[in-house]
Amino acid sequence: MNDKLYRILLFAAALIMPIVCGGVVYALVTDAYEAFEHFGFFKFLTSSEWSYTEGAEQYGALPFITGTLMTTLLALIFCIPFSLPVALFVGEYFKDTKVAAVLSTVTDLLAGIPSIIYGLWGFYTLRPLIMALNISPQGSGVLTASLVLAIMIVPYAASLSAEFIKMVPNDLKEGAYSLGATRAEVIRKIVFPIAGSGIFSSYILAIGRALGETMTVTMLIGNTNNIPDSITSTGNSMASIIANQFGEASDLRFSSLIAIGLVLFLITAVINMIGKMMIKRARIS
Amino acid sequence: MKKIFLSVVTLAVAFTFVACGGNSNNGGRKAQELSGAGATFPQPFYNVVFEQFGQINGDQVAYGGIGSGGGVRNLRDKIVDFAGSDAFLTDNEMAEMAPVVHIPTCMGAVVVAYNLDGVKELKLTGEIIAAIFAGEIKMWNDERLAALNPDEKLPAEAIIPVYRSDGSGTTFVFTDYLTKVSPMWKEKFGAGKSVNFPSGQAAKGNPGVAGVIKQTKNTIGYVGSEYAFAQKIPYARVQNPRGEFVLPSSATISAAAMGEIPADTRCSITNADAAGAYPISTFTWMIIYKEQNYSDRSKEQAAATLDLLKYILSDDAQHITTEVHYAPLPYRAKELSMTNLKTVTFDGISILQ
Repeated sequence: MNDKLYRILLFAAALIMPIVCGGVVYALVTDAYEAFEHFGFFKFLTSSEWSYTEGAEQYGALPFITGTLMTTLLALIFCIPFSLPVALFVGEYFKDTKVAAVLSTVTDLLAGIPSIIYGLWGFYTLRPLIMALNISPQGSGVLTASLVLAIMIVPYAASLSAEFIKMVPNDLKEGAYSLGATRAEVIRKIVFPIAGSGIFSSYILAIGRALGETMTVTMLIGNTNNIPDSITSTGNSMASIIANQFGEASDLRFSSLIAIGLVLFLITAVINMIGKMMIKRARIS
Repeated sequence: MKKIFLSVVTLAVAFTFVACGGNSNNGGRKAQELSGAGATFPQPFYNVVFEQFGQINGDQVAYGGIGSGGGVRNLRDKIVDFAGSDAFLTDNEMAEMAPVVHIPTCMGAVVVAYNLDGVKELKLTGEIIAAIFAGEIKMWNDERLAALNPDEKLPAEAIIPVYRSDGSGTTFVFTDYLTKVSPMWKEKFGAGKSVNFPSGQAAKGNPGVAGVIKQTKNTIGYVGSEYAFAQKIPYARVQNPRGEFVLPSSATISAAAMGEIPADTRCSITNADAAGAYPISTFTWMIIYKEQNYSDRSKEQAAATLDLLKYILSDDAQHITTEVHYAPLPYRAKELSMTNLKTVTFDGISILQ
């Protein structure tokens, strides 16, 4: 009797998440429908016009898709030189030492800082620095946003990579050492090939985090509705345009913002799926 | 979806605010719980006024700052007692709903703030502001700017315009002004809560724009006066139609409404032709239904709504405006509003005698 009750309760609890997820997709699709119908699905994705002129409203998602992909890609590039050394330090060189435990805790702490704090730091510290270095006169832009994003995703990339590096079997490494390999050679020829797809997947998950980051990007990217023509120019990401304009939006603009949300949802889902698949493959090998 | 969501938010806000109440007022009717929603611009003023009104009458007023558009939607859905709006309803919008009354509650302005090293006072005309935001004047030492400000040493640096990234009544008032003074602006950009500004960078809310201007040299942007006055950020003198270069202040903002006002008070007072008037000034309104019997509202609730508006028009409440960085209504606007309030009915019978 009790067992049966638990089963039913568990089943009901497990069912809630798919229902919520399905509900989110349903709400996004129904509200986005008007925009897709008005502009056409592919036209909406490839148009770079975002114009409020009454009667001739034009909303296209391309500037924001570009903005999101640019900030995410740059953040990924900037994050590698910080996260990979941390992962090697914690997972290989100083594995299971006190220093490694401290370093990995500190890195994980970075993940707990609210994004508004990163945004404020970027706005009041990094942005003036970028102006002082004459990188760009207005300070805000894709580059500023990406640099802060990079720091935000370091803990995600580093701690998961470290786990995969730790998982590399000791006998393989010892075998290599017995053949006279140096530590650097072991890392290059044993650790990276074996933990490779796991490390790759940890970066994919970090990308998933960067794609949807809203507050920090809104504060630093400059919020102009155009395709950024260089990494120092201003732009807008998919998350930031929604955050900026949702409040007063109605009708077609409201629907267009929801449509951008749907596209972001799909991109994030696909990237996370790739990440999960890579993790699975890493475990099998 | 969104409509429902906003209604729920408004109700939730309303319920949190009305949790206490119930004591009766000195007018003999039972204390009421009123709810309104709309513009964020007058919210700091409303917060103080509602608090005072509650102390006098025992009525609780809840106000959700969800934006002018949201407030009007809530009124159209008949789920609030009043809507707050920075823009008066257009004839088309009025035609879509039951008759309403506009009551101006206070005045504010949009200031043109800047960050320039060594410049003490900046004078601007409407046309030059339009040219700067259209990207036609690109440098601070442009000869048109230099001709207006012969005593200031303007730097040979690029101008960085800063505008609002979110839809806003502040943007509407600013672009409404530019549309009146510059044919070029009218043709290319027009007026609206969101406008396609061609150059510069954008930030969210008055704090966002003011923050960027404070932090970035050679910027110029527009900020709501209620925020700019509190922040003591440098702002420009703007030329009015009489040729005076006027600094925004409570007095110069009120002066903008000294001219002719239509009987229903629905008018834009940007670029007002009045002595000493700051040209980028605006009213903010509360909008109520002319017939107060809707959505099961009681007669007492309708009476409380009118008491609130009467209180806002009173000298007591209008004195608060300057304390919280707004400007008081001129006599004419208050007089017209009192007349309009007398037309408000419950079941066809006038509420105020």
